[in-house]
Parts: sequence; C-alpha cells; structure tokens
Amino acid sequence: MTTPQDVREEIVSTVRRFVEREVMPVASELEHRNEYPHALVKRLKELGLFGATIPQEYGGLDLDVTTYAMVVEELCKGWMSLSGVLNTHLMLAFMLKTHGSDEQKRRYLPGMASGEHHGALCLTEPHAGSDVQRIRTTAVRRGDDYILNGSKMFITNARSATLYAIAAKTDNKIDPPYKGISMFVGEKGPGLSVGRDLEKLGYKGIETCEVHMEDYRVPLTNLLGGKEGQGFFHVMSGLEVGRINIAARAVGVASAAFHQAIRYAQQRETFGKPIAEHQAIQLKLADMATKIEAARLLTYAAADKKDRGERCDVEAGMAKLFSSETCLEVATEAMRILGGYGYTNEFPVERYYRDAPLMIIGEGTNEIQRLVIAKQLLQRHKI
Amino acid sequence: MKILVTVKRVPDPNASIKVKPDGTGIITDNLKYVVNPFDEIAIEEALRLKEKSGGAEVVLVSVGSKTAQEQLRTGLAMGADRAILVVAEQELDSLAVARIFHKLVQDEKADLVLLGKQAIDDDANQTGQMLAALLGWPQATFASKTDSLESEAEKSGTPGIQISGGAAKVVREVDGGLETLELPVPAVITVDLRLNVPRYASLPGIMKARKKELKELAIDSLGVDVKPKLKILRLDPPPKRQAGRKVGSVQELVQALHNEAKVI
Repeated sequence: MTTPQDVREEIVSTVRRFVEREVMPVASELEHRNEYPHALVKRLKELGLFGATIPQEYGGLDLDVTTYAMVVEELCKGWMSLSGVLNTHLMLAFMLKTHGSDEQKRRYLPGMASGEHHGALCLTEPHAGSDVQRIRTTAVRRGDDYILNGSKMFITNARSATLYAIAAKTDNKIDPPYKGISMFVGEKGPGLSVGRDLEKLGYKGIETCEVHMEDYRVPLTNLLGGKEGQGFFHVMSGLEVGRINIAARAVGVASAAFHQAIRYAQQRETFGKPIAEHQAIQLKLADMATKIEAARLLTYAAADKKDRGERCDVEAGMAKLFSSETCLEVATEAMRILGGYGYTNEFPVERYYRDAPLMIIGEGTNEIQRLVIAKQLLQRHKI
Repeated sequence: MKILVTVKRVPDPNASIKVKPDGTGIITDNLKYVVNPFDEIAIEEALRLKEKSGGAEVVLVSVGSKTAQEQLRTGLAMGADRAILVVAEQELDSLAVARIFHKLVQDEKADLVLLGKQAIDDDANQTGQMLAALLGWPQATFASKTDSLESEAEKSGTPGIQISGGAAKVVREVDGGLETLELPVPAVITVDLRLNVPRYASLPGIMKARKKELKELAIDSLGVDVKPKLKILRLDPPPKRQAGRKVGSVQELVQALHNEAKVI
C-alpha cells in the first residue's frame, strides 16, 4: 500500500515539529550523558511511531517505505539514536509481517504497534557480521521447545527490548551452510542475558550490547514462519529496507550538519565580513547541499521502487553507499566551517561528526556494499 | 454542547516573509502554510472542554481557498469531529469573514465559538469582536489562565476556560495583569497565547482524520454580503533593523538612556 501524498506530508511535518520542539533542545545533553532517552521513547510511542510500518489491522500506521524513510530523516535531524530505537523494532515487525504465520502476527504485532513490546535483532555474532552463514548460535529441538545456545554482538536495544529476532543454526551439517539457519522470535526470559554495554564513538544514549543465550528455551510456535532453514532468506528480505533506513539516517544527519554550517557561516565574521561571503566557504556550502540533495533523491528512488513492489537491492545499496559517504563528508566540512567551535561540544556538529561513521559501517560496510552492487550490476548487464 | 472553532490558513510564522516589489502582496513561492497559531490554541481548548464534559462536538470552520483543507485536516487530526470550509478565492475583510461565521453559527446552532484572538498574517484582531456583535452574544477576548504553562494542571490537559451551569468563566489578559469575567453561554471567546500548549496530531489521528467529514460550501450559497469595506493600498516591509551599540559600563548605559534615548 502506498501512503497518500497529503497524509505523507502531514505525518512528516508532525514528526518534524516533534523533533524541533522536543528533540533538538535536549539531544546533545542526553547524548553527552550517554543517557537512554526514556521520555522521548515514550513520546515516540504516543505519536504512534512504534507502529509506523505495521499493518493497520494490527493497530499500526502501515506507512510505505518512502514515508518511513522521510520520518527517519526527520528524526535524525534531531538525534540519530532515536531512529535506532525504532529501527530494530520495525525490522522485527517487518520479518513477522512478511514471514510470520497468522497466529504469530496476531500474537505479537498489536503489542509491537502500541509499543508494549519493543523489538531487537540478534543476528551479528562476535565473529560473523555480513557473513551471516558463519553464525555459531545453535537451536536444538527438545519436545515442544527449541533450546538456544550462543552469543550475539552489537545488539542495539538489547536491554530495553522485550522481543528478539534470533538467528540460529538448526542444522550444522547442511551444505551450503546458510540453509541451516532458522529465525526465532523469542521473548525476554530465563536463559537469555544481556551483557555489557559497548562504549561507542557516537550513537550514544541507545544501548548496544552483547546478548548471551544459555539453554534459552523458545517454544516451537515461535519459529518464524513455522519452518526450519528459512532464516537466511528472512534476513536477506529485510536488507533492502534496512539499507534505505541507513541512507535516510545519513541524509538526516547530513542535513542537520549543513543547516548548522550555513547558519554559522552567516553569523561568524572574519576580515570584516561574514565568512559566508568568502568564496572558500561558499564552495563548500554548494558542494554539501548538492550532495545531500543527490543522496536524498537516491534514497527516495530506492524507497519508491520498493513501494512499487520491485526488487531494489542495487538502488538501496547505492543509496546507502552514497548517502553515508556524503554524511561523513558533510559532517567533516561542517566542522571545518565552524572551526574551533565545531570541535567543542557547544555546537552539535561534533555529535554529527561522531554519529556519521556508523552509517558507513552499519547494515553492511560500504566495502561489502560496493561488492553487492557490482555483483548485481554484472548480472543485469551480462553479455 | 456544540463548539465552533475557527481555523485560518496563514504563512508559517517561522518563514521569512518577503513583500512583492510593487507592494500588492507577499511573495508566496516556496511559502509553507500552517494553522494560525492562535486558532490552534482555540482548537486545543475546545478539545479539552470536550474531553472534560464528555458530550461536546467540536466543529472546525474556515473561510478561504480550497487549500485550507490542509489546515482543517490538521485540526481534525488533533481530534476535532468535523469541519466546514467556505470556499472563497477572493480577498475578504474581517467583517465579511465575521458575517460568514455568523451564518454558520446560526445554521449549526452552536453554543460556543472559540477563535484565535487574531491571525498572524494581518494581525487585525477584529473577527471575534465583530462576530459577537452580529450575534448579539457576550464576548470575552484574550482568554488566558492563571496557571503557568509548566504547571501540572496544564500538563494534565485541564481547560483554562471553565464552563458550568450555563456560564463561562474566563481569565483574560489585560495590560498589567489578568481579569476574570463570567459570561452566560452562548458566547464568543477569543484566545491568547498563554491559554494552553496545543497538542500535535498523533500519527494514527492523521490517518483517522481522512475519514472525518469535511464539508465544502460555496461562498455564494450562503447569501451573505461579503463586499469588502476595506481596501489594502499597499504593503511595505518593516524598516531594516539598525545595529545596536555596545557600551563599556553601566554608567555609560544609564547616561545614554537618559541623555540620548531620553527614556529614563
């Protein structure tokens, strides 16, 4: 379903207002204290954002990917971590709505839409990120349960989550190995423990942790889609939307950095005039804005393709690659324009500068992104 | 109880407004439009009164171009029940708008009309007063409240206007303080800035608003005299603000205020 244009505009402008009034005034302070934004998360729930992409029959808003990307962009203009609160949650919801059985959807989606349930994704392990098929967590069937054992790494929202999508091997011998991966939807409970919070360069306020499973029991009915060996496909099906999400974040953070820079450039004077009147600064501003606009359009184009039900792995990959590199560049340029002040924590530019690198690494590094894009292009243009 | 709330489509107060070189209007390219902020406070107050009484209906009314639908939808998304848009493409003065509202109040048999004290585009501050005169109803302008906007009462959504036993109690802003009035209902009340902090629409509210009734009426169908009594001759941008001056000490400041500015 596509979201009607007038609804899209209204939703995006409401989120923008929320960000301007409630997020921007407190974001840097919470970030510097590395404090979980409980009050803002509550507001996200009240606004209905926990159900952003969940079907209306389960109490969600059923926003299309384009509108969701715009919402993410607005949130990230205020504080990138807020979109992190939502992203793993909605990725889990996406897996449930796409691959879950009717019973699984009925059991979990309404609670997720209202924010009663908060979702996290447990895919990455200490030694396996993009190379999903090398995961070592195992799930062994025993009676009416599966018994899960293993460790997960870099798990966003691990502590605040109540519901986890967990990739585990149900078959260790099968070749190719990815066919042995299954996906489970597990509720917080005995056997699943959240380890230490990882200290990060940016992306603060929201916890990223290790998750350990020791004889953690998940009922048979919580095997996603009710069939073993489908986990790899479940992960892959979410990648396009995941990349569009990262691209939209990057556009949001880059826009915030640019906005700060162009304001500052008109206030700060050197040699008797505002620095915005020096060509050196003008050239930077023009390049920054042009690249941001290109990144935004790539992101919208990929999202639009997804909304039309077409495959968009190349487009989503390009959007993610270009937007995240743009974001890093724009954040750096913004810091140059703000000079010494940009390096202090009096201005949010230092925060954008620390948040930006997440996007070149998360959701598949840009190196692997290029490989995926090239591989697909070679297939499309085979002679 | 039926509460009518007026909604005007106005340029975003945060936008920088530029006057056309020939002074006939403002440049509207790339201009964003919003609900007049004072009207938004009126909508919020109506919703609070409804939530408190449990039985009220909140009807939004607007006069203007078809595009004012957007602002009415915003009000519906906040929680109003339905909306009426009188479609008019021509320029209308305050009296014409008051006459249109007068007709709508009679047709709708409203018990209370809430308006923003003024619209932020022309700052006329006339429509509410004119409407009260046309209806022959009591009026209270610049409704405010004694509680601060940070108070618990405000956070819990308590209305500032109190209605009970066929009377409205209104605290209003006057020079140098607050004045409390009691007036019989039906009445016209215009609201000021410190009456409440308006909610914004929840996203599910935005979805629901699409299904609510938004009735359009042609201005000619109302049989109201809307011939302008007022003609705008030209618009001029405000003079450019002069740079301030830094003084070295308090003494110097006092001297300057006394001898040059002659304000103390």
